[in-house]
Amino acid sequence: MDLTLKIWRQKDSKSKGKFETYQVTGISPDCSFLEMLDQLNEKLISEQKDPVAFARGDCGVSFDHDCREGICGMCGMFINGRAHGADTGITTCQLHMRRFKDKDTIVVEPWRAKPFPIIKDLVVDRSAFDQIIQAGGYVNVNTGGVPDANCIPIPKPNADEAMDAAACIGCGACVATCKNASAMLFVAAKVSQLALLPQGKVEAKERVQKMVAKMDELGFGSCTNTGACEVECPKSVSISHIARMNREYLCAKLSS
Amino acid sequence: MSTLNSKIPEGPLPQKWSDYRAKCRLVNPANKRKIDIIVVGTGLAGASAAASLAELGYNVKAFCYQDSPRRAHSIAAQGGINAAKNYQNDGDSVYRLFYDTIKGGDYRAREANVYRLAEVSNSIIDQCVAQGVPFARDYGGLLDNRSFGGAQVSRTFYARGQTGQQLLLGAYSALSRQVKKGNVKLYNRRDMLDMVLVEGKARGIIVRNLTNGEIEKHSAHAVVLATGGYGNVFYLSTNAMGSNVSPTWQAYKKGAFFANPCYTQIHPTCIPVHGKFQSKLTLMSESLRNDGKIWVPKKKEDVEKVRKHELHPNDIKDEDRDYFLERRYPAFGNLVPRDVASRAAKERCDAGFGVNSEGLAVFLCLKDAINRLGKDVIEERYGNLIQMYEKIVDQDPYTMPMMIYPAVHYTMGGTWVDYNLMTTIPGLYCLGEANFSDHGANRLGASALMQGLADGYFVLPYTISDFLADEIHTKRFSTDLPEFEQAKKGVEDRINKLFSIKGSQSVDSFHKKLGHIMWEHCGMGRNEAGLKEGIELIKKLKEEFWRDVKITETSDVFNPELEKANRVADFIELGELMMRDALNRKESCGGHFREESQTPDGEAMRNDNEFAYVAAWEYKGENAEPVLHKEELKFEEVKLVTRNYK
Ligand SMILES: Cc1cc2nc3c(=O)[nH]c(=O)nc-3n(C[C@H](O)[C@H](O)[C@H](O)COP(=O)(O)OP(=O)(O)OC[C@H]3O[C@@H](n4cnc5c(N)ncnc54)[C@H](O)[C@@H]3O)c2cc1C
Ligand code: FES
Repeated sequence: MDLTLKIWRQKDSKSKGKFETYQVTGISPDCSFLEMLDQLNEKLISEQKDPVAFARGDCGVSFDHDCREGICGMCGMFINGRAHGADTGITTCQLHMRRFKDKDTIVVEPWRAKPFPIIKDLVVDRSAFDQIIQAGGYVNVNTGGVPDANCIPIPKPNADEAMDAAACIGCGACVATCKNASAMLFVAAKVSQLALLPQGKVEAKERVQKMVAKMDELGFGSCTNTGACEVECPKSVSISHIARMNREYLCAKLSS
Repeated sequence: MSTLNSKIPEGPLPQKWSDYRAKCRLVNPANKRKIDIIVVGTGLAGASAAASLAELGYNVKAFCYQDSPRRAHSIAAQGGINAAKNYQNDGDSVYRLFYDTIKGGDYRAREANVYRLAEVSNSIIDQCVAQGVPFARDYGGLLDNRSFGGAQVSRTFYARGQTGQQLLLGAYSALSRQVKKGNVKLYNRRDMLDMVLVEGKARGIIVRNLTNGEIEKHSAHAVVLATGGYGNVFYLSTNAMGSNVSPTWQAYKKGAFFANPCYTQIHPTCIPVHGKFQSKLTLMSESLRNDGKIWVPKKKEDVEKVRKHELHPNDIKDEDRDYFLERRYPAFGNLVPRDVASRAAKERCDAGFGVNSEGLAVFLCLKDAINRLGKDVIEERYGNLIQMYEKIVDQDPYTMPMMIYPAVHYTMGGTWVDYNLMTTIPGLYCLGEANFSDHGANRLGASALMQGLADGYFVLPYTISDFLADEIHTKRFSTDLPEFEQAKKGVEDRINKLFSIKGSQSVDSFHKKLGHIMWEHCGMGRNEAGLKEGIELIKKLKEEFWRDVKITETSDVFNPELEKANRVADFIELGELMMRDALNRKESCGGHFREESQTPDGEAMRNDNEFAYVAAWEYKGENAEPVLHKEELKFEEVKLVTRNYK
């Protein structure tokens, strides 16, 4: 396949960015989107004569990635206006070139959300997510001294639903795709997982309040129930978890 | 003469660990607050260690190269984690888990370490459940188990096909809790490039801040490396793109012996290689072998037709299929250990029965299981794996057998550690996949997660106090000490040298060449001539790298090319040591198969008289040969026999 790529290039968080256009040729439909970018980079590197030619945007495109199998949550970009591309239920690294046509033009941008500042090109800083978890996304237990794993049976449907929520990989697609840059789906996934399990239930009220407060403090927007996040979530985390979180939050507020 | 002291406690095997804990020296809470510990790595081993040490009151600094600790490659583990709970009442026990692990490791692991691992395995499951890890449950609400290779009991706990993710998120939540409390300071997007020793003890590290390129110095009373495996030396592997050997390699160069580097695990069930731009390989969890049957056609003409898509594999009758694992190993069938399964698949493909166009794939068929259990059950067990396969291969495993082939997956070798998990550098510890300790020459499925969490939650917090008890009067170290300056300068010099080359070939192209040499000469089958040739090829590659590598941009920006260059430079050196180690070990054991050492029917042949030892290598300088130290393995409990899965 031969493709035209329009890619966002930005030197660092302070610089202004812009789109640059590149051509790639002979791309196999079986290779992944990131492997296609690898080939572009290989080409840019081999063509580059002047080692400090960044101003012209002709050194390799920086993007985050690690596991390349859809689980670490490191990769993430806007491809033709959709988070992780047009396919559903996948991350960018799981997107394959067979989803595109020969001669297509593909527009590639970083996640755009105020709480996720751009570090370079397609790389953004998502440490706000870590801060939300640090605010209360855990059960307060120390290592050791806990009861036997089977001492509290958990109904299978609850365990399964907790697992559905726990599948979140923290990639940030929900925030990037939301017009308000809300982190509700991310926060709800954790709140809901722990609220569904007896081990997490004990501190459920405090947890939801702390996490929501942190989310607000970090500048994430509010949720207006558009449901866009659910559609783009690579792990198909359902917005029903947002409803559960809202109930938890309300309960907590009423009783506090 | 060996300088290695494994510090295994006296006494009978089942009592060693409890005696150790009863008698080990402790650090009192007031003193703990004055002690700093650096933990590099936030995978299962690193995150669990950092959280547990912080809970005890130490000041912890935790480092990872990803943007968040939650993204360490432990996240990718699919299948499950072992524990000797015997919830299934199928005859499991601590002893049996210990025995299976020693046997699975082909009698090349230390008995005392493995016994301790089996002993603490049950606490891990308790801990994870308490953290809110949503393990799979049965209809009664109790925990479910599955079977894994190399065992005849069901002892594997799992969370769908995302066990590693859930365990890591559990450890990450414990870590996050300590960050909030101020006991852990997180340093993400940091690449560790060197170790700092002060008066012979590990006292700090040098890292590059990947966001702005700054070279930073960090000091502590002790340093813990939990930096994962080095499978990426093969370029293509199931490891993450950033997985690397640099921290343990730099430690090696500063005096931490590197043990059994040639022991690598080739996993039997991965998605086959599809093209020359492929950047990584994807594992299909071994748990699939629970319900999947592995086969190739019996007749060559069927193979030809399948390759040309003229025959659908489902149309091949049962009697025309060669279920080669069941045929060769009737007792364990599809559940033989990984090394055995991988070699059997390679044997069939080498004999011309491979089923994809390259002839490098075998079938894994879920049809029988779907008929027996229903599609729903299979979907519940393996849904995410099946989706992953579908996305990559564009075929539906519910209707078409999956194609699989062995790929590099895990490295049993690593930094040598004693019973305390301390390396040969005082104050330097090594945990998880990065150390060599528990899996001998072959790791059983679902036991790496167990080891990582055992090391971090339940072993290191005890054993490190033995060292720190002597350090309570040691003041915090200033990073202005000449030792830190010198190490920092070393790192800067190396980076400048890399940039000054201004060659013509990209870092990736060198990495690919290295991977090719490793796979051809030090892969699934190894022999003397091939290894000797491999060593020469690597020496040439190293020379070429330092003459012709091309790194773009500068060092003071986010620069993935520089990151990769640092890693590949270390991988090239490691590759040579792996070949030396493989050359030295003139026996076949576990993942290490020396073609000269096999039975007439192609089974691996161990040589216990000459090789029942750990090979620990000592660095002697840039152009000097490394020195081999042998730690004899003494088996008091288990009798060494030929592994038999027939
Ligand atoms: C696809 C796959 C599936 C697996 N499935 C299973 C399974 O089902 N059951 C099982 O038991 N095992 C499984 N394993 C093996 C197991 O997952 C690993 O062995 C284990 O998780 C390793 O944990 P770790 O903590 O030692 O290292 P990792 O999780 O790899 O963590 C390494 C850490 O070190 C950091 N680091 C590395 N280099 C540097 C550096 N230079 N500077 C700073 N930080 C650095 C990283 O940022 C990371 O935080 C699987 C492995 C893979 C690849
Ligand atoms: S690189 Fe890990 S999810 Fe894409």
